Amino acid sequence: MPTSVQPPLLELMGVHKSFGHYEVLKACSLGVKSRETVVIIGPSGSGKSTLLRCVNLLEPPDSGNIFFDGADITSDLRNATEIRRHIGMVFQNFELFQHLSAVENIMLAPMKVSGISRSDAHDIATDLLRKVHIPEKADFFPDELSGGQQQRIAIARALAMKPKLMLYDEPTSALDPEMIREVLDVMAELSSEGMTSIVVTHEMGFAKRAADQIVFMENGEVIENASSEEFFGGTVNERARRFLDQILH
Amino acid sequence: MSLELVFDYLVSPAFFHGAMLTLLITATSLLFGIIVGLVVALLQESRFRFLQGSTLVYLWLFRGTPVLFQIIFIYNVLPTFGIRLSAFVSAVIALSLNEGAYMAEIIRSGLQAVKKGQRTAGLALGMTRAAVMRYIVIPQAARIILPPIGNQMIGMLKTSALVSVVAVEELLLVANQTASSNFRYFEALTAAGIYYLALTTLFMVFQYFLERSLDPKRARRSQKSVPLLDRLTLITQQTESR
Repeated sequence: MPTSVQPPLLELMGVHKSFGHYEVLKACSLGVKSRETVVIIGPSGSGKSTLLRCVNLLEPPDSGNIFFDGADITSDLRNATEIRRHIGMVFQNFELFQHLSAVENIMLAPMKVSGISRSDAHDIATDLLRKVHIPEKADFFPDELSGGQQQRIAIARALAMKPKLMLYDEPTSALDPEMIREVLDVMAELSSEGMTSIVVTHEMGFAKRAADQIVFMENGEVIENASSEEFFGGTVNERARRFLDQILH
Repeated sequence: MSLELVFDYLVSPAFFHGAMLTLLITATSLLFGIIVGLVVALLQESRFRFLQGSTLVYLWLFRGTPVLFQIIFIYNVLPTFGIRLSAFVSAVIALSLNEGAYMAEIIRSGLQAVKKGQRTAGLALGMTRAAVMRYIVIPQAARIILPPIGNQMIGMLKTSALVSVVAVEELLLVANQTASSNFRYFEALTAAGIYYLALTTLFMVFQYFLERSLDPKRARRSQKSVPLLDRLTLITQQTESR
């Protein structure tokens, strides 16, 4: 009897990506099961962000396949727009739409992509603002909010499309230290509620707390792919160990 | 020198008609100029080399020759190819195409001023490139380019005087013709000058309101602002209760 009861929600198989002559990703493979949180760590320039951007086809892979929700999404790139509706993404620099208030930022995609009415979109946005713990900031504009608040609005904006998968690209790297916690708390809550997530981060505390699987990347390759217990239990690859020592000082 | 005559000119049908024609030429040319500029700016972003190339040729031609030349060319040379246009239409076409070239550069600078990450964020939400352009990039670019477009509006009002060369009865031509019949240059030109100032003032007010309406924070501020009278009553009540 096969032991795996369900196929992974996302599976990357031998994904290659080059920018010019520079090979950023070399045959990367990775599987993410539904309701699982995967944390990707590794030195800068190791290809973590590019890997994330390949998943929602912002950077189409040069070769290799990506299966999402049972279908090969790399087979026809014309479907990229459709695929992205189901994959939320959060960026290092938040990238909230500067001309829209917090609540309008969250409402835009449900209205313009899914065709939901303004009042329904407003209800969705109000619920999500509560979920990220800042309902009182609904009518504030991005430049009136702290970094931590902006990033939580950005998470709410991505959630508004009811994604099956969330991608976080160094979500706390641009934040002042005192604001990192509030963002990580929201992410950990989502993970514990079963939101499938891939998180590129240097926050090992978050990895310990929320990750089911830890992936260590270096020079465009997946060096280590371990369960959280294995990884923090010490049975870990030598290069990953050295990297950990560096970032933990 | 007679102020009475200036006043007579101001209210005369000929001057009024001239001023309205100036306004009409300006407004139509601006409208078409903005449309042409927007299309050219968007074409420059396209992935097709041919389209990019043709926009460059257009910009090169229309920014590289005098407007006066373009007006005369369209009015006098097109008929030899069988295209016969009225003086007014020729003038509006020339001014629109000229304006479009400058608008294209202004709009392009606005589009480029919106950070790339904003587009990426829109795409990541599942929006098409067109939707990203319409709901994210253009609204932000619009606020950036409004001041230079205000300059263009006022510039166009004054440039429109050039179309007198193809005998369109606009304001300056009316004034000049009136003056040359009785040599009362001061009165005729003063009347025309007053009209020009009135129209530019109108444009400046229009620009002010446009800038206000594009300020997203204004709506919320005006919602929350308490009328002066209410504030005073509140203060009085507080003082009394002490």
